[in-house]
Amino acid sequence: MRAGYLIFSGLLGKLSLKQLPHDPLTIFGASLMVAVPIVIAIILTLTKRWKWLYREWLTTQDHKKIGMMYIIVAVAMGLRGLSDVILIRAQQSLASGNSHGILSSSHFQQIVSAHGTIMIFFVAMGLMFGIINLIVPLQIGSRDVAFPFLNATGFWLFFSGMVLVNVSLLIGDFSATGWLAYPPLSELKYSPTVGVDYWIWSLEIAGIGSLMAGINFIVTILKNRVKGMKLMLMPLFSWSVLGSMSLVVFAFPILTVALTLLALDRTFGMHFFTAGGGGNMMMYVNLIWAWGHPEVYILVLSAFGVYSEIVSVFSRKRLFGYSSMVYAIWAIVVLSFIVWLHHFFTMGAGSDVNAFFGIMTMIIAVPTGVKLFNWLFTMYRGKLSLKTPMLWFIAFVVVFTIGGMAGVIMAVPPLDFQFHNSLFLVAHFHMMIVSGVLFGYFAAITYWFPKFFGFKLNERLGKYAFWSWLIGFLLAFVPLYILGFMGATRRLDHYSASLGWQPLFIVAAVGVGFIILGVTFQFLQLIVSIWQRNRELSGRDPWSGRTLEWSLPTPPPIYNFARLPEVSTRDAFWAAKVAGLSDDRPYQAIEIPRNTPLAMVIAAGAFCFGFAFVWHIWWLAVLGLLIVIVTIIYRSMDEHPTYLLSAREVELLDKSKFAKDAVS
Amino acid sequence: MSSLQVSNSALAKSRRQIEQSEKEGNALFGFWVYLMSDCVLFASLFATFVVLRNNTFGGPSGAQLFNLPYVLLETIVLLTSSFTNGLALLSAQRRKLQQTLVWLGVTFALGVTFLTLEISEFHKFALLGDSWHRSGFLSAYYTLVGTHGAHITIGLIWMAVMAVYIVKRGLNNPLVLKRIRMLSLFWHFLDVVWIFIFTIVYLFGALHA
Repeated sequence: MRAGYLIFSGLLGKLSLKQLPHDPLTIFGASLMVAVPIVIAIILTLTKRWKWLYREWLTTQDHKKIGMMYIIVAVAMGLRGLSDVILIRAQQSLASGNSHGILSSSHFQQIVSAHGTIMIFFVAMGLMFGIINLIVPLQIGSRDVAFPFLNATGFWLFFSGMVLVNVSLLIGDFSATGWLAYPPLSELKYSPTVGVDYWIWSLEIAGIGSLMAGINFIVTILKNRVKGMKLMLMPLFSWSVLGSMSLVVFAFPILTVALTLLALDRTFGMHFFTAGGGGNMMMYVNLIWAWGHPEVYILVLSAFGVYSEIVSVFSRKRLFGYSSMVYAIWAIVVLSFIVWLHHFFTMGAGSDVNAFFGIMTMIIAVPTGVKLFNWLFTMYRGKLSLKTPMLWFIAFVVVFTIGGMAGVIMAVPPLDFQFHNSLFLVAHFHMMIVSGVLFGYFAAITYWFPKFFGFKLNERLGKYAFWSWLIGFLLAFVPLYILGFMGATRRLDHYSASLGWQPLFIVAAVGVGFIILGVTFQFLQLIVSIWQRNRELSGRDPWSGRTLEWSLPTPPPIYNFARLPEVSTRDAFWAAKVAGLSDDRPYQAIEIPRNTPLAMVIAAGAFCFGFAFVWHIWWLAVLGLLIVIVTIIYRSMDEHPTYLLSAREVELLDKSKFAKDAVS
Repeated sequence: MSSLQVSNSALAKSRRQIEQSEKEGNALFGFWVYLMSDCVLFASLFATFVVLRNNTFGGPSGAQLFNLPYVLLETIVLLTSSFTNGLALLSAQRRKLQQTLVWLGVTFALGVTFLTLEISEFHKFALLGDSWHRSGFLSAYYTLVGTHGAHITIGLIWMAVMAVYIVKRGLNNPLVLKRIRMLSLFWHFLDVVWIFIFTIVYLFGALHA
C-alpha cells in the first residue's frame, strides 16, 4: 500500500495536493481561470458548436483565422494583465506607514512579474502577430503565407505558453523575480518553488513559436510578393514587419539560450549564473537584454508600420519620405542590437563601455525622429479626417515624444545611476510601449476591422474609449516620473508614510480607474457595433484606402486574391482606382492547404514537456518530446497537404462575393 | 477547339509546376533563415563558453581534461561523414537510388560513431567526478558540446526518416530531392559548428594551460 503510494507520488514528481491555492485572492483568481473555460465549454455544447469550432478554427491553416485567434488570446490575456494592474495600484496606494495593503509581499512580487511577462509576451506579441497574420499577405498580393503549417504551429505554441502561465495560478505559484528573472534571485537557492520554472518554460515555448512566425513572415514577404511589387514599392507596414521579423529571427535564439541556461542551473545543478561554483550572473543580464532590447523594437516597429498606413490614408496623401522611412527602419534594426547595455549601466563595465552604449542609445533616437517628422509632414496640408485611428496616432506622437525624451535623459550614464530601477524608468517604458505598441494596435484594429467583418466600429464609443484611455494613462504615469525623482524604486510593496508619496500613488490609481473605463467603452463599442451592424455596412473600401487589402471582397475569401493584381507603383490600389481599370482575365485554379489538427498536437506535446520540466515529472517530459517528434515525422509523410480549387469554383465564389458587395 | 482545351490544360499544368518549384525555393530559403537563427543560438553558447572558460572553481581546466588525439578522431569521423553526405546528395541528383541509400547509410554510421565517441568522452569525465556540477567552465562545456550533439541526434533521426522516404517515393519526386538538399545543408552546418568547437573549446583549451 505504502509502496504503491510512493510509486504513484514518484510519477507525479514534485506535484502534490499541497500545491493548490490556499489564500482567498489566489483561490478567486484560480477559480475564475477554471470557470471561464468551463462556461465556454458549456456554451459550445448547448449550441452544438464543437464540430464547428474544430473545423473552422482549431484545425485551420488560414492566416486570417490564425490572426484572429492571436488577437482573441491577446485580448483575454490583456484582461488578466489589467487585473494585475488593479491589484498593483491598489496595493501601492494603500500600503504606506502602518497599513500593509491587501497583498503579502511575495504575492505582490508574483503579480508584478506576471503583469510584465503577460503584457509583453502574450498581449503585445499576440496583438502584433495577429495583425501581421491578418494584413501582410493581403498587402503584398499573396494568396497565402509561405509556410501555413509552420505558421499554425507557431500560433499553437504561443497558445501553449499562455496556458502554462495561467496554470501557475492554479497549481503551484508564479515567479516573484520580476519580468526578466535576474539571477542569483531566480536561482534555485533563492527561489526554491516552481514559480521561476513556470516563467522559463512558458516563455521558452511561446518564444519558439515566435521564431517560427518570424521565419514564416520573412520568407512570405521576400518571396510571395505579387508580380511587379518590387521591394521599394511595398507598403510600409510590410516593410516594418520585415524589419521586425528580422529582429525576431536574430534575437529570439538568444532568449532561448538564456532561458535554457537558467533552466539547466535550476533543474540540473549547473553553474552558469549561480553566485558560487564559478557562475557569472551578469552574463545572464547581458544575454537577456541582447534579446530584450531588440524585442522592444520588434513590437514598436510593427506598430510604426500601422501608423504609416493610417497617417497616409487619413490625410489622403502619399506618405511623406517613403525611402527615408525604409532606411530609418533598417537603421533601427541594426542599432537596436548595439544598445542593450543601457539597461544596466550600473553593472560597472567602465566609462568607455558605458559611453559607447550611451551614445548609441542617443543615435537610435535619430531614425525614430526621422519617422515622426515624416508622419507629421504627411499630415501637413493633407485632408485630415480625425477618426479614432487617427486620434490614437496623434496621442501616440505626443506621449511617445515625452517618453522618448525621458529615454534620452536616461541614456546619459551618470544620470542613469540615479534613475536605475526607479519609477522614472517604469514611467518611461510604459509611455513607450503603451503609446508605441498598444495604441498602434488599437488603431490597427479599428482601421482594419471593417475589412474582415463588413461594418465599422462605432465611432462615438471609440472616441469615449480614446479619451478615457488617454486621460487615465497620463494620470497613471506622469506621477510615476515625479515619484521616480523622489526616489521611489520599482516593485515596492510598502513604503514609509513620512516620504509623502501616498497622494501621488493615489493619483496613479485614479488613472487606472479611467483606463478601466476606457476598456469598458472598448468592449461596449464592440458589442454596440455588432448590434447595429446593418447601419454601417462598409463595403470593400470604407476609408478610401491605398493598399491592396482594400481591393478585396469583405471578408476576404480563403484564397485572398481570385485574380492576382498587377502592381507597378506604390499605393497600388489607389493607382488602380485612379486609373479605373476593370479586370477580365480568366480565373485560375488555386491550391489551398488542407485543415489539420497536427499543429495543435505538436503544441500539446510541447506543453506536456514544459509542464513536466516545471514539476520534474520525467516520464511526461519524454512523452511530450515523443509526441512532438512523431507528429513532425507523421506530417512530413503527408503527400497531399493541399487541395485544388478549380478555376470554375473560384469564378463562382468570386462572382457571388461581388454580388454581395454590390448590395452593401 | 479541343486542341485549344488541351493547350489550356497543359498551360495550367506548367503553371502549377512553376508554382511548385517556387514553393521549393521558398522552403530552401526558409531553411537558410532557420540556419541563421541556429547560428545565433550557437554564437550565444560560444560567447557563454568563452566568458566561463577560466571559471574552473578549483576543478580541472580544459588543458587537464582534454585528450586532443581523441578529439581529432571525432573530428575526422564527422568531417568524413560530411563528405559521404555530399556523395549521397550527388548520387541523388543523378537519380541513383541504391547509391544514395548506401552513402546515406555510411553517413548515418559515421554520425552514430561520432555521437558514441562524444558520449563516452562525457561519461569518462563524469566518472572522474568532473560532471557539469563541478564548475561554471564544465557547465558551459557540456552545454555547448551537448547542444551540438543534440543537433547531430536530430540529424540522425532525420536521416533514418529520409531513407524510408526515399525507398517509398523514389528519387524522381522533387519533394524528396528538396529534402535531401535540406538535410545535407543541415549536416554541413553542424560540421562547420564542430570546427569552431574543435578550435575554440579543445585547441584553445589545450593551449591555455
